[in-house]
Amino acid sequence: MIIRCRRISRGYGEGYALVSPEPISFFGQVDRVRGIICDEEHPLYGESVSDRVLIFPHGKGSTVGSYVLYGLAKRGKAPSAIICLEAEPIIAVGAIIAGIPMVDKPESYVFETGMFVRVYADKGIIEVPSL
Amino acid sequence: MYLTSREERILKGEEGYARQKAMEILVALGEIYEADRLIPVSSAQIAGVSYTSLGDDGIEWLESLEGTHVTIPAMLNPAGMDLENWRRMGIDPEYARKQLRIIEAYKRLGVRPLCSCTPYLLGMVPMFGEHVAWSESSAVCYANSVLGARTNREGGPSALASAIIGKTPNYGYHLDENRKAGLVIEVEAKLRTISDYSALGYWAGKLAGSNVPYFRGLKGADNACLKALSAGLGAAGGVALYHVEDVTPEHKTALVEDVERHRFGEAELKEVYLDYFKPIPDHVDLAAVGCPHASLDEVKEVAEFVNGRRIREGSRLWVFTSIAVKEMAKRCGYLDIIRAAGGEVYADGCMALAPLRDMGIKSVAVNSSKAAFYTHLLARVDVYFGNLRQCVESVMEE
Repeated sequence: MIIRCRRISRGYGEGYALVSPEPISFFGQVDRVRGIICDEEHPLYGESVSDRVLIFPHGKGSTVGSYVLYGLAKRGKAPSAIICLEAEPIIAVGAIIAGIPMVDKPESYVFETGMFVRVYADKGIIEVPSL
Repeated sequence: MYLTSREERILKGEEGYARQKAMEILVALGEIYEADRLIPVSSAQIAGVSYTSLGDDGIEWLESLEGTHVTIPAMLNPAGMDLENWRRMGIDPEYARKQLRIIEAYKRLGVRPLCSCTPYLLGMVPMFGEHVAWSESSAVCYANSVLGARTNREGGPSALASAIIGKTPNYGYHLDENRKAGLVIEVEAKLRTISDYSALGYWAGKLAGSNVPYFRGLKGADNACLKALSAGLGAAGGVALYHVEDVTPEHKTALVEDVERHRFGEAELKEVYLDYFKPIPDHVDLAAVGCPHASLDEVKEVAEFVNGRRIREGSRLWVFTSIAVKEMAKRCGYLDIIRAAGGEVYADGCMALAPLRDMGIKSVAVNSSKAAFYTHLLARVDVYFGNLRQCVESVMEE
């Protein structure tokens, strides 16, 4: 299945999807060294974002979150791509400075955790081979 | 969004990594907020300065940009300490080393190592209608409202990107249609002190959210009043622009449709002091003045108040300001008077960013609603709000 979307941060990324029903604040909710969701209140508590296609509604919280994404990428712990319903500046800027491909506004939202997903940010296309 | 051929080339990386990243940030924000194009900005004021907020990841990002240079005048938000007198403040040397590394990284990019939330007191004064890219919320409010310049509330990376490229995406408060009033506030309370304006700002900011308030009944409000009002508004909500009838430059064109009306009377004023915050007790560990950074007049007022008196043993009086105002205060003799009383004037820093708990400070009196809100939130100490005299009196000997 091919899903059209909007490019936010360029590049190509692929991996198994990690879908969050709730927004994510990279500052405070994600361990900046290990790339693991460390907020017990978050539905994805304990999950690693590393090398996953991370799919969530939008960012929230402190703007420091942008730098956390950069740090995760430097340590090889970043998501391989990010898909948001609606991009906002914290995640968008974080993805850009970290060099993580990112898109938003997918024309359909069929994602489930564990699906293999390819993100062609430059072309504004998401591919889900299993659908 | 339309890009010129030069902007396209920068986006492709033809002018290097840092300029490419900066352009990517501006273009992404432009896409998100549906800007039609990039427009030139004449100055930038950049957040993401204190080590507390930037962290080690932020330092690495800044240092990765080395080799590029800003193309417009750019300065910084307050830092976590006085860049020169941090030892006297009691700052941990390891923290100081990281903080100075951040400032050096900005300096190598050509950003002026001037850390202040009051660029308009340091000669960075945009003209009416001029577009800028500023970050600090009180400075943004002041620039838009008092000067009639135009800026969105920029984050650290986007303000730096604007400083590097010299442009910003054309959306939000850069556009006429977003500068109209969204609610009217009739001020019936008699505002006697600067902190009363700070209280009004906080109350109205909570009410307005990210809307544009229009104030009536503030005729005669001067620069110091509007500086305090701007800070309260920016801290309590997402306000970036307000209008004051017969005072601020765009008030005549601001009211275009019938909008909701609210009233700020004596009861509301009292409510801010007593219910939103706590009134200043007889004694506190620290009286902190200078949020936003003190003007020369405010430093003078503190000096006159403490002249010939002593600060109580174990308590402290700190005035926070910019390096420019501190130097002027020194020349005028105010600094000596404040020091003789046992107080200190610090440049570059901010009470909310100082590691107060590590210094054994448990109670803080402030004369700014913004300082009351953020010092409690960030420094996690007991904070009390009152006017300048009550604030300073709480650390003086009988």
